[in-house]
Amino acid sequence: MLKTKLVAATTLTAAILAIAPGAFSSAVGEEIRFMCSSDGNECVAIEEIIKRFEAENPGVDVVMDEVPYKAILESLPVQLAAGTGPDLAKVTDLGGLNKYYLDIKPYVNANYWEESFGETLNWYRSGPDDDGIYGMHSQLTITGPYINQTLFEQAGVAVPAADADWDTWAKAAREVAKATETRFAMAMDRSGHRIAGPAISNGAKLFDEKGEPILVDAGFTGFVEKFVDWHNDGTMARDVWGGSGGTSYQDAAQEFINGELVYYYSGSWQVQRMDTSIGDAFDWKVVGSPCGPAACSGMPGGAGIVGFKATESPETVAKLIDFLAQEQNYADLTAKSLNIPAHAAVAAKGVDYAGASPTAAKALNTWGQQVSTISPVAYAYQGYKNNRAMFNITLQRVSQAIVGEMSVEEAMKRAKDDLKQALAAAAN
Amino acid sequence: MLGLLLPVMRLIEVPMLAAQRRFGIQKLAWVFLTPNLILFALFAFLPIILNLVYALTGSDQILLRDRPFVGLENFGTLAACENYLDPNSCEKDFFWRAVHNTVVFVILQVGFMVGFSLITALVLNQKIRARGFFRSVFFFPVLLSPVVVALIWKWILQRQGILNAGLEGLGYDSFLWLLDRQWAFGWSVFLSVWAHMGFYTLILLAGLQAIPRDVYEAAVMDAASPFRTFYRITLPLLMPTMLVVMVLALIKGVQTFDEVYAFTGGGPGSATTLIIQYIYETGFAGAPRLFGLASAASIILAVVLVVLTGLQLWATKKNANG
Repeated sequence: MLKTKLVAATTLTAAILAIAPGAFSSAVGEEIRFMCSSDGNECVAIEEIIKRFEAENPGVDVVMDEVPYKAILESLPVQLAAGTGPDLAKVTDLGGLNKYYLDIKPYVNANYWEESFGETLNWYRSGPDDDGIYGMHSQLTITGPYINQTLFEQAGVAVPAADADWDTWAKAAREVAKATETRFAMAMDRSGHRIAGPAISNGAKLFDEKGEPILVDAGFTGFVEKFVDWHNDGTMARDVWGGSGGTSYQDAAQEFINGELVYYYSGSWQVQRMDTSIGDAFDWKVVGSPCGPAACSGMPGGAGIVGFKATESPETVAKLIDFLAQEQNYADLTAKSLNIPAHAAVAAKGVDYAGASPTAAKALNTWGQQVSTISPVAYAYQGYKNNRAMFNITLQRVSQAIVGEMSVEEAMKRAKDDLKQALAAAAN
Repeated sequence: MLGLLLPVMRLIEVPMLAAQRRFGIQKLAWVFLTPNLILFALFAFLPIILNLVYALTGSDQILLRDRPFVGLENFGTLAACENYLDPNSCEKDFFWRAVHNTVVFVILQVGFMVGFSLITALVLNQKIRARGFFRSVFFFPVLLSPVVVALIWKWILQRQGILNAGLEGLGYDSFLWLLDRQWAFGWSVFLSVWAHMGFYTLILLAGLQAIPRDVYEAAVMDAASPFRTFYRITLPLLMPTMLVVMVLALIKGVQTFDEVYAFTGGGPGSATTLIIQYIYETGFAGAPRLFGLASAASIILAVVLVVLTGLQLWATKKNANG
């Protein structure tokens, strides 16, 4: 009798424990986890729109995990590969993570998406045969330079014309730095993506006639030689590319903000930081990417919001991304986060950067104008799924040439070999 | 007190005796060991086996079912080298640069670590004023997180750091300590010695205090000089402890990663890239993620550590046997 009671009690307890999580889950509703990282306030701006989504969709609870950028680059791919990632995330390795993406095409109005996001949809696809819809490009960025205008005025050096080449800019920046006793003439973020625009302008093709990646050619090598020489003669701040190792990212924004840098090659995502940090300490402005024999191009890029196919709520995830992509919401997000829109209708109508200072608004407009100067090679590079491997190879080998571990020639030979090995590994 | 304990002991005794009757005295040990063994198998043994499997498979996929068997190819790729003393001649030059850096780092770090720890322990063993305070001061860096240690020294050594401010104040030119390959490497060794020296000093101090006082009294009566006393008494009697310190420092040195990574990121170039950083970047930060190659490198490192651990066990045993 006692044994029967004991068995009954144990069974009842087990049943209650088994039912409890389900009961708890239905009380809370559908939980969606969103991994987000931003340079400015983008995650906060997204969260505001998500609150409206939650109000319109009772029972859906979107939990935003704001993480450092490094976590998006390094932890997220491993989580996805292991099947333990979030439901959606803001990513920058657009094509590289394609195999994990949820195709939201069955849940959304595909025509609206094609018309609104056009070319950027390809950046998230696996190749030319893929017509899925995977990501909403929330932050269109362009790489290019900022200059400290006050230092140019103090030095009495004329700001080079819009079509000036790299050598002209380097000469002008050196003159300004010398005349104003500024610590650094030029600096470029330590990133394989950043150096790509100038290399393309210098004639780098990056791909052969068949569209296969080659990375190194005469145009690419030519710019790397120039870049290394500028580090050796003190034109470029050695601290950025020469001060770190491995694949670590390093920028020079703080040096520019501190007024220690004349010419800073970074990108459009820094506008908000420049605006809030510099204030009226000095005048700064965005100038176009310097020209080379082939183009005057920066690199397009940015980040987008994607869902993952491992999610248990594909429809809700698709619905949320679609909600963010609606014209009004997208315009809101762009205006609040001071980004360049990738949405055709929003771009066509223009963005009212209401919260931005006149300097920031002007800078954003200048960045917007730069879109037309982007080379097709740059678009192809940005859309190539293994571009991160190419960025990392560039970063490591160019850094080695800068610090004198090997010659430029040797570094470029190594870069070619690295690319072959990386592509072979990725193809397996 | 004993009256209170006895009923408790009896309470434990009842199930113990029941278990002993059920399993027999020989098997009872396994009853206690099993939970621990399961945890060990799950969190230590299984990862080791998995690591081995990854080292023998290829591709950038993480799930084993998607990884083709490649045998010893990953080990072969790492070993492909025309001249092992010249990393530029190796297929995976970053691996060999990391190996070279690690070897030089360990030799310098262990040498300086043991030397400075011994000197510090000898000084702190003297009857000096505020001895307790100084013992705490030397031990304090051990308590700091490696990232904190790295940031402190980065702030001191950077372009506009305290050291350069001091040099400029004295009329000298500032120097870019972390942009020069040799200096960056040297400072990485220094930082590592500074951060861990306190721990080894403490061990050596305990060793010094275990040396009987009467031996020193006999040396004083024989009018032995301080140097002779150190050379003939302190050093031989401290040698077993020093051996343990040396092997421990050696193992820890080979495993160095976090503080140097946070300090220099492995740069300039690859000047301070150590073997653990290579494994981390190959497996997790690179693109594509070469888990097989990273696993193969970690197995090579594990073999080195097993040898060093064997050395430590041997040294400890020899010490215990006198």
